[in-house]
Amino acid sequence: MTTVQVATRVPLDEYSTVIGDGEIDEMRALARPLTGRTVQMVNSTAVGGGVAEMLNRIVPLAEELGLNIRWDVMTGGDDFFEVTKAFHNALHGEPYHPEPAHFEIFRAYNEQNIKRIPLDSEFIIIHDPQPAGFIQARKRKTGHWIWRCHIDLSHPNPSVWSFLESYVSQYDGAIFSSPQFARQLPIRQYLFYPAIDPLSEKNRELEPDFIMQVLTRYSIDPLRPILTQISRFDRLKDPVGVIRAYRIVRRYFDCQLVLAGGSATDDPEGVEVLKEVKRAAEGDPDIKVLELPPWAPLEVNALQRASTIVIQKSLREGFGLTVSEALWKKKPVVASAVGGIPNQIIHKHTGLLAHSVEGTAYQVRFLLSHPEIAARLGEHGYAHVKENFLITQNLKRYLTLFLASQPAG
Amino acid sequence: MTATEGPFEFFTVAYLTQIGNYSAGTLAELLNGLEHCSDASIFHHTYQTLGSHHYLTEGFSNDFAQWVLADANRDALAEQLAALDIRDYNSIAALRSDLCRIVRDFIDEHPDFTVQEALERFYFCESLQVTRPFGLTASDLDEFHLGVARLSHSAFYFHFISSRLRLQLRTNDFSHWLANALGLKTLADSINRIDIYTNTLDSARAKLLRLIERERRKHDHGSSRDARPAG
Repeated sequence: MTTVQVATRVPLDEYSTVIGDGEIDEMRALARPLTGRTVQMVNSTAVGGGVAEMLNRIVPLAEELGLNIRWDVMTGGDDFFEVTKAFHNALHGEPYHPEPAHFEIFRAYNEQNIKRIPLDSEFIIIHDPQPAGFIQARKRKTGHWIWRCHIDLSHPNPSVWSFLESYVSQYDGAIFSSPQFARQLPIRQYLFYPAIDPLSEKNRELEPDFIMQVLTRYSIDPLRPILTQISRFDRLKDPVGVIRAYRIVRRYFDCQLVLAGGSATDDPEGVEVLKEVKRAAEGDPDIKVLELPPWAPLEVNALQRASTIVIQKSLREGFGLTVSEALWKKKPVVASAVGGIPNQIIHKHTGLLAHSVEGTAYQVRFLLSHPEIAARLGEHGYAHVKENFLITQNLKRYLTLFLASQPAG
Repeated sequence: MTATEGPFEFFTVAYLTQIGNYSAGTLAELLNGLEHCSDASIFHHTYQTLGSHHYLTEGFSNDFAQWVLADANRDALAEQLAALDIRDYNSIAALRSDLCRIVRDFIDEHPDFTVQEALERFYFCESLQVTRPFGLTASDLDEFHLGVARLSHSAFYFHFISSRLRLQLRTNDFSHWLANALGLKTLADSINRIDIYTNTLDSARAKLLRLIERERRKHDHGSSRDARPAG
């Protein structure tokens, strides 16, 4: 059994500087009837990845509100994580032909973990496919079991989904990040948006001097417009398409393009894409292709804050939280209408949506020509994130779910 | 201001969004969804969305209008749907009926547009509501002012916007209490006239607080004049 002890705790009151005292009072009011109630979060990793990042913040905040909450991480061998990685890609729609042995490996590790981890809380939230089989441990319909799906299930591989569905349909409910990610299921399906932490290094306010240092480090001119896309070097993020859009914009505006993402050394496809991007950028000193260290939240924060316009021209996307990160910094965003992006970009209100290279270029040109509209979109985007995509809202949704649920037994 | 026997108890509301069974990729499917979705779904996409998108004060009215504008690309229909004002309704049934009528009329008039695919699908969701006492009460105007100033957005929304359906009186909790418990009908009417479509929750609250302050000044002025020694 691996029960996670959260190392860093940010007190709830610190969030009042961002969301106001009334919102904190409200969370305390919602949590009052839940004092001492037992809650258990289960996922497959304590570090790395958005789920662990979110649980690291949510768990201590829930504890501070009086909930008796624990966070357990399942364990597995390389064979298990190879299978679940393949399942993950297949659930996203990639071609995959599972063998019976793969399902057996999944079952075996879930059963091993069930024997090790006590699953006796009143509310049990199982995150993502890896521990979905934990529902087999439920005895006599006790507790309230919820499956929290963080991935896009809109076009899943039928064999993998059919296998997973046999578990998922035994839960009391499932949570999805966007309505289009959901499936037809015989259980209640809830909508919880993913969230950003406004006090994390990636999103907190920065000193102007630090932002300038980052720009100097990467030879970016602060006096000319900066267009930025932050994403890993992945074809689905269409970095070459961003360069093509930028070249159209360059006919009208003397601007720069920053393409920044994590280092691609451990990802063979990423290395290939990075080469393509560098080839496409060749000969233009105003295109900065930045391979950031694996964990460089302050640099990402600074680049977003220094940007004139942030672009997210993905061809496919999960939720695309980098959009919320940019909106939180009051940046005008031009993004593709894919995945969870339209939840964040309400077209012409909190940003602009595009459907092609030419459309992206046009929207960028429009915003560069109308800075007052760009500023207004940024302001509205900030308010949209504050109301819907902050970690405090996420916690409030969990509290509401617990209040609305009636555990049996 | 004298204390009254019935204090105002502030509540807050939290919504759990449930993904519904209907979605729409065309205007015909939108109409089908509007006709068959739950009342909680109509509430979610009209009343509740106004609260969660309160900061959009230019051209955002409800989710149906926004989808018709941005995804179905039918500006005229979007305008008609956006013009529906939830303050005119005492029931979800009446609101649903008007939403359906507007879409049906448009489809009848423009049959070619009926099955044209929109850019993105519309997903009908619904709100499950949980209310809790906020932990504040008010017995007079001063306490009321303090309470309103402290409320969260959801709590303010609950009393000022969603209460209209609960009361079925075309008013809001604040105005109802001020008129009935404190006898301040003029103040209640002024507060009820604050436009929830062109104000954010913050700016509506600021206006409401200013109206209360003006009322207090009026009262204080009246009291000091009354207290002036005769002769």
